[in-house]
Amino acid sequence: MSALTREQIRSAILDTLCAIAPEIEPAGIAPGAPLREQIDLDSMDFLNVIIRLHETLGIDIPESDYAQLATLDSAVDYLARRNRAG
Amino acid sequence: MPSLGADMEAGTLVEWLVKPGDEVKRGQVVAVVETQKGAIEIEIWENGTVDRLVVETGRKVPVGEVLALLRAPGEAVAAAPGAPARARISPSARQLAGELGIDVQSVQPALPGGVISRADVERAAAARKAAPAAAAKPAAPDWHAQMRKAIAAAMSRSKREIPHYYLATDIDVTVVSGWLAAENVKRGVAERLLPVVPLMKAVAVALRAVPELNGFWVDGAFRPSAAVHLGMAIAMRGGGLVAPAIHDADRKSLDALMADLRDVATRVRGGRLRGSEMSDPTITLSSLGEQGVEGLFGIIYPPQVAIVGLGKVTERAWAHHGTVAVRKVMTATLSADHRVSDGHRGGLFLAALARLLQEPEKLR
Repeated sequence: MSALTREQIRSAILDTLCAIAPEIEPAGIAPGAPLREQIDLDSMDFLNVIIRLHETLGIDIPESDYAQLATLDSAVDYLARRNRAG
Repeated sequence: MPSLGADMEAGTLVEWLVKPGDEVKRGQVVAVVETQKGAIEIEIWENGTVDRLVVETGRKVPVGEVLALLRAPGEAVAAAPGAPARARISPSARQLAGELGIDVQSVQPALPGGVISRADVERAAAARKAAPAAAAKPAAPDWHAQMRKAIAAAMSRSKREIPHYYLATDIDVTVVSGWLAAENVKRGVAERLLPVVPLMKAVAVALRAVPELNGFWVDGAFRPSAAVHLGMAIAMRGGGLVAPAIHDADRKSLDALMADLRDVATRVRGGRLRGSEMSDPTITLSSLGEQGVEGLFGIIYPPQVAIVGLGKVTERAWAHHGTVAVRKVMTATLSADHRVSDGHRGGLFLAALARLLQEPEKLR
């Protein structure tokens, strides 16, 4: 798989969040603060975010790593790392 | 107009999904109704052919009003195409209906298939007065207020009428948490189970031990339910909540429960629920652990007689096999109707729940 840029990953995450929580304003998301404190995401929504990211980016995300996707910044870091490793 | 919950008095017909002459099957979605809890899909419970749509779209009608007339399979068309089927009505009742401006086709006789009497017409007139016809407003700005009103009505009624008793117990969920983590490692992202899924199954199976928690209080008596339809409390986007049914939860596999939960959660949070899901849960399960809540004591949703509350899973110092260990522990609670069961029986339910969670492989 070709390497994804951090910007591509960030934009894929924001697209996914907007698809699942249509009421959010992507520009208003604080990148360092927990997503689930800023966005109305229940556990099913969060699982759907993971599934969509897996589908669009082709990156496998084990359940034990879910905590690393807590904030926008940490999710970009994690997915960029997994993408390079993959 | 079916009742879609204890708090519903009327609904607005938003859309017909069938037309006269269409064949319909039991369970088919035939219409969409706007209620205080949003748009709900209405199913039909008979096979047959649509004869006539009685209520036009945009009209608000009370619960119990006839929405459409159906011909049984094989039943001949009662009248020439285009002409409405003739209602069986006494001449005096027909005259009264004329005076009151009531469409006789919309009046239901007291006995199914019987002749419509003056009393039936008067009842229909009173119902219409209680819920005057109103045009449907697209995306009503006071939707949030309507939702709060619906919750207020149901919860006030519950607190007024149901003598609740409350029980709580801490359950060691280390085994089931470990089992689930190992199970999910084996699964692809889309096949993974949420932690609440084995808990749903255990709650549903534990109810078999204490059936007086599962059913309805109707007309001064308890009607137990043989089936366990678990009402899952799900927060709606923008506020409010609903608790649609996961049908036959005690008999479904964990994968089937997960699929059902995904389906209703997706529709609660973005789409539409079906009438049967709104009206037939036999008990409610509320899981607030995600919000970091350790325990909750729910208010029973009438006419149900119990609600189970699950808190978050926390690591605690816990006596285990004669030593103190760090274990994953969850507080489970039961609010139940004292007219139907006593604390002793409620305690047996929580004990059965705790026991079932020690052997998760048997919950599959």
